[in-house]
Amino acid sequence: MAELNAHIPEGELTDKWTKLRSSMPLVNPSNKRSIEIIVVGSGLAGASAAATLAEMGYKVKCFCFQDSPRRAHSIAAQGGINAAKNYQNDGDSTYRLFYDTIKGGDYRAREANVHRLAEVSTNIIDQCVAQGVPLAREYGGLLDNRSFGGTQVQRTFYAAGQTGQQLLLGAYSALERQVGMGKVEMFTRHEMLEVVVVEGKAKGIIARNLLTGELERHSGHAVLLCSGGYGNVFYLSTNAMGSNVTAAWKAHKKGAFFGNPCYTQIHPTCIPVSGDHQSKLTLMSESLRNDGRIWVPKKKDDTRKASEIPEDERDYYLERRYPAFGNLVPRDVASRAAKERCDAGYGVGKSKLAVYLDFKENTERYGRIEANKNNIHNPDKETCMKLGREVIKEKYGNLFDMYAQITGEDPYELPMRIYPAVHYTMGGLWVDYNLMTTVPGLYALGEANFSDHGANRLGASALMQGLADGYFVLPYTIGAYLSKELATKPIPQDHPAFVEAEASAKAILDKFLSIKGTKSVDHFHKKLGKIMWDKCGMARNEKGLKEGIAEIQQLRKEFWSDLRVPGSSDEMNPELEKAGRVADFIELGELMCMDALNRNESCGGHFREEYQTEEGEALRDDENYAYVSAWEYKGDVTFELHKEELKFENIKVAQRSYK
Amino acid sequence: MSTGNMNLTLKIWRQKNNKAKGGLVDYKISEVSPDMSFLEMFDVLNEDLVAKGEEPVVFDHDCREGICGACSMFIDGRPHGPKEGITTCQLHMRSFNDGDTIVVEPWRAKAFPVIKDLMVDRTAFDRIIASGGFISVNTGNAQDANNLPIPKVQADSAFEAAACIGCGACVATCKNASAMLFVSAKVSQLAQLPQGQPERYRRVQSMVAQMDAEGFGNCTNTGACEAECPKGISLENIARMNRDFYSAKFVSEESI
Repeated sequence: MAELNAHIPEGELTDKWTKLRSSMPLVNPSNKRSIEIIVVGSGLAGASAAATLAEMGYKVKCFCFQDSPRRAHSIAAQGGINAAKNYQNDGDSTYRLFYDTIKGGDYRAREANVHRLAEVSTNIIDQCVAQGVPLAREYGGLLDNRSFGGTQVQRTFYAAGQTGQQLLLGAYSALERQVGMGKVEMFTRHEMLEVVVVEGKAKGIIARNLLTGELERHSGHAVLLCSGGYGNVFYLSTNAMGSNVTAAWKAHKKGAFFGNPCYTQIHPTCIPVSGDHQSKLTLMSESLRNDGRIWVPKKKDDTRKASEIPEDERDYYLERRYPAFGNLVPRDVASRAAKERCDAGYGVGKSKLAVYLDFKENTERYGRIEANKNNIHNPDKETCMKLGREVIKEKYGNLFDMYAQITGEDPYELPMRIYPAVHYTMGGLWVDYNLMTTVPGLYALGEANFSDHGANRLGASALMQGLADGYFVLPYTIGAYLSKELATKPIPQDHPAFVEAEASAKAILDKFLSIKGTKSVDHFHKKLGKIMWDKCGMARNEKGLKEGIAEIQQLRKEFWSDLRVPGSSDEMNPELEKAGRVADFIELGELMCMDALNRNESCGGHFREEYQTEEGEALRDDENYAYVSAWEYKGDVTFELHKEELKFENIKVAQRSYK
Repeated sequence: MSTGNMNLTLKIWRQKNNKAKGGLVDYKISEVSPDMSFLEMFDVLNEDLVAKGEEPVVFDHDCREGICGACSMFIDGRPHGPKEGITTCQLHMRSFNDGDTIVVEPWRAKAFPVIKDLMVDRTAFDRIIASGGFISVNTGNAQDANNLPIPKVQADSAFEAAACIGCGACVATCKNASAMLFVSAKVSQLAQLPQGQPERYRRVQSMVAQMDAEGFGNCTNTGACEAECPKGISLENIARMNRDFYSAKFVSEESI
């Protein structure tokens, strides 16, 4: 059995990374040329790692299921990226970013990893600007910042509401530069279906060419999984339709432990569900909470329009409950507060599952400032609103357009209606400090690993982590492993491990096509999503989780006996691709419920109804649960729990308070 | 399933693969809700087709919020459909009327061969970027980001060009299947930034050469690309690219 050793370097927290980086074994340039590295996924983590490794001289093969690496779902991140630059001179520092992230994660992340993340955060901004990423600037020509939830400084860099797009296109162009030079071989429309393990080490993958259906064998000295998160286990989420857990899950079944699977981030500001046809949910960036005030009517089941409800009959419940942070409390806190109000009967809109996000007050305030700038003194309300609208438009124009398009309502006139939705998964493959999973030679980066966000990720930290892992962490840490693998020749593609892995991938595809049942893949996916949302969603309890596990097991039986997949396996067949992804989601869903059931406490995004304070806040149990759950696959959808104790030597663990 | 009241006729391009001959096939769809997105309407259609034992319609899509650039339907003769400034996934059925007949075709361009049904191969765009759409800076070489002030107006203009999502609507709508808007957006983003100056003239020449090699047509200044671009990428970028291209060829010492 694999040992759980996080390999955290000795020494002072602030020196760990610097020391390790300078003493890490290196691979000399001539040897790098003969070492091949496989990168699965081309988002922020994958593209940045593939480009950097190629720049360093390694041979890289990069895989993505999309038609171009530029379409990876990092592209959709809206709000921003954190970095401890302290450009605003508001007291920010590496330590403060580290502290905010640990606290935001409800004291369930590893100190050493998070400190390293805060240290390299500044390098990321430098690198991206050097690549020509057009981050927002002030008139003086310097970079602009804004606030995000869970912090009291302005450390978020952004590019309108398209920060993920701009950062990904930066990493993508660095990747394509290496493709053009022949140093990275890019495999688009390819999906990884198996990890090939030889003598306990990851030595290659089986990938399916989605255009032809052909199964291909690729060998390498190391395999990097940068395949994103698993939010689509809920069917409805803000993830892209293709986002899936398959690569990570196949690795899990080959021996990689799965860390904290139950930690799911439910994002507070998403456009509410409009009907059964809904295929995905759209996020409205957290940055909107800088200028939007969240409220519901004070009266239960109030059917009046928002504009007809006078100021003193509105309950700005976040400002009321959390005066220090107000509308900028972390996501888990904001989501639960919205659910609490709606469950209590104060929700708005047709479904009553929504709250208002209102820009009116700040629009007027901005308008007043603009009027002053234009020498209009004592402007009337109308003038203020008109001028303020332009300011709001410049800040959030694309988000407002998106909202109007989806709902058919004009958010400049009416407050937005929002409700929490599944957005991000803090859990993922367990990795040590070097980002290596429990399978030697197999690494996990970005959202695919569990490492830096504890039980709740702060806004604008996902982009930071993906790029930190890919640009600045993995390219160093992988040297320690590869320097010992120099003597290993590439595994020949007719090696029994390849033959076996390919046969097992093929057997599953054949099975899907042979069931010839009556229900489509989406039918099962929607059912799974409903179970997960009801039983393992924003609030969980023992009874519900046990029911959830039983229902998922039943669903799995039905899936394997009544699935219908049309077409064949030797052609472009999206239904067949989805079948594989949903089969893996069903197994993962069960593990998520088990993990949530095991964790008899509430922390961050994991809220067990049995464990809350009198005021309804998450109640941690540091005595018994200050550990990372790392689950080992034991065959036939059974799992064994291992624990990595979390030690807090630099931060005093406390009840999280945003009041 | 769906709860709406719209009944529609769809004429959809079906083509088994790149070699096969394709054609428009009629489908009736009922109870469409005006709140559905165009792609959700396709989900309902495909669900019906699977239930009937027929092959669902293959189309590219992913983020469904207008930013990944994957979706690519040519709807009633216009890329991304009748509305301006949005992608197909952001088009909602409230933009159509009960009883409408809607024609849906794939992007049509020599450089974008059909893969299956409505799905086309746009890897030519990646190859154009690989030929020069970047700044050659390795990881770890960067100076402090604020050491290089960039006037806001210039940074904003670069950002507007950088907002391109690489969907290919510009090519699909162009009578010449020209990729000038796409290429010029990247050229123009980098040419307006100080970081992009050292490679400015090499970049434009390499990218244009690759664009030509991929079989895209020439630009005849019709402006359909700008009109149909879901992200409002401006024709000015093409003018800027042409200027740089001619300077590179006739004036610069870096002619390649």
